[in-house]
Amino acid sequence: MSTDPRREALRAAWGVGIAVSAYGVSFGALAVASGVSVWQACVLSLVMFSGGSQFALIGVIASGGAGAGPAAIAGATLLGLRNGLYAVRVSPIVGPGFVKRLAAGHLTIDESTAVSTAQADPAAQRTGFWATGLIIYVGWNLMTLVGALLGDLLGDVRAYGLDAAAAAAFLGLVWPRLRALEPVAVAVGAALVAVVTIPLLSPGVPVLTAALVGVIAGLVGAWRRRNAAGAPQEVTEP
Amino acid sequence: MTVWTIILTASIAVLAIKLVGYLVPPRVLEKRGAAETAEHVTVALLAALVVVQTVGDGQSVSVDARLPAVVVAAGLLAARAPFILVIVAAAATAAVLRALGWAA
Repeated sequence: MSTDPRREALRAAWGVGIAVSAYGVSFGALAVASGVSVWQACVLSLVMFSGGSQFALIGVIASGGAGAGPAAIAGATLLGLRNGLYAVRVSPIVGPGFVKRLAAGHLTIDESTAVSTAQADPAAQRTGFWATGLIIYVGWNLMTLVGALLGDLLGDVRAYGLDAAAAAAFLGLVWPRLRALEPVAVAVGAALVAVVTIPLLSPGVPVLTAALVGVIAGLVGAWRRRNAAGAPQEVTEP
Repeated sequence: MTVWTIILTASIAVLAIKLVGYLVPPRVLEKRGAAETAEHVTVALLAALVVVQTVGDGQSVSVDARLPAVVVAAGLLAARAPFILVIVAAAATAAVLRALGWAA
């Protein structure tokens, strides 16, 4: 064997880990700009530890303050649902052991799942999961603290374009998911619902309303599959 | 609701979802509907967040330096640029446009 698959997984983990950690700086800086304290930003990274949910939460707080709390919590939680699916997928890779699974649960995010499931060899899958998760956990939290302290010094984060960085980050998260027509249609529909409802609903609620587009798409997909299964003769007709 | 309440409630909820996933037997994913709907909801949420972060300003829509920044980001993503470069380029675009006074 020329290359150790575990070494390959480790290399992928470092590559992904450093890039994602670096961008923890923008989370920390934007968090304090949105009105949360340095310690609150750090608790988000330590406990929530899911970039999309964290950005979504501080985004709502920035525009709606503490009064928008329920919408902020709902948005972050809904966006965190995918981590639950990742957990189901990586659960057999992690294997048994209560403490091990508890730790793995905390580290189950987009990147650790992606690096892990991209490996073919079971040992490399385990290495990919733990290395990516741990590198990002340490890096993301350190960079959040750095960003939060910097944010306090920077003052107006808009002058540095950090508000645009948050928008670009969400675009970067959704981009790899747009490989088929269906998700593109869902994204366009959700974007339209969001832009129309921004002036009508309180901060945070437009995003929740747009999520309904995803639920409807899921129901339509299930309905079409059931119809396709129930009426196969239509497909064979000339 | 205080900011601490919001942060702790949301953090514990997001963490709990991850942990619950480890209690679910993997064959649940074989029911395609659940996984597919969750994926669609994720796409919808992220797309809506892109819009809100790009043109949202409290309860009004405003076109400013963020929009060209996101267009730059989209171009770089289409060109398969690394994530961190996309973020930095978007921030730099907005910062430069504002410094020049070409956009709010």
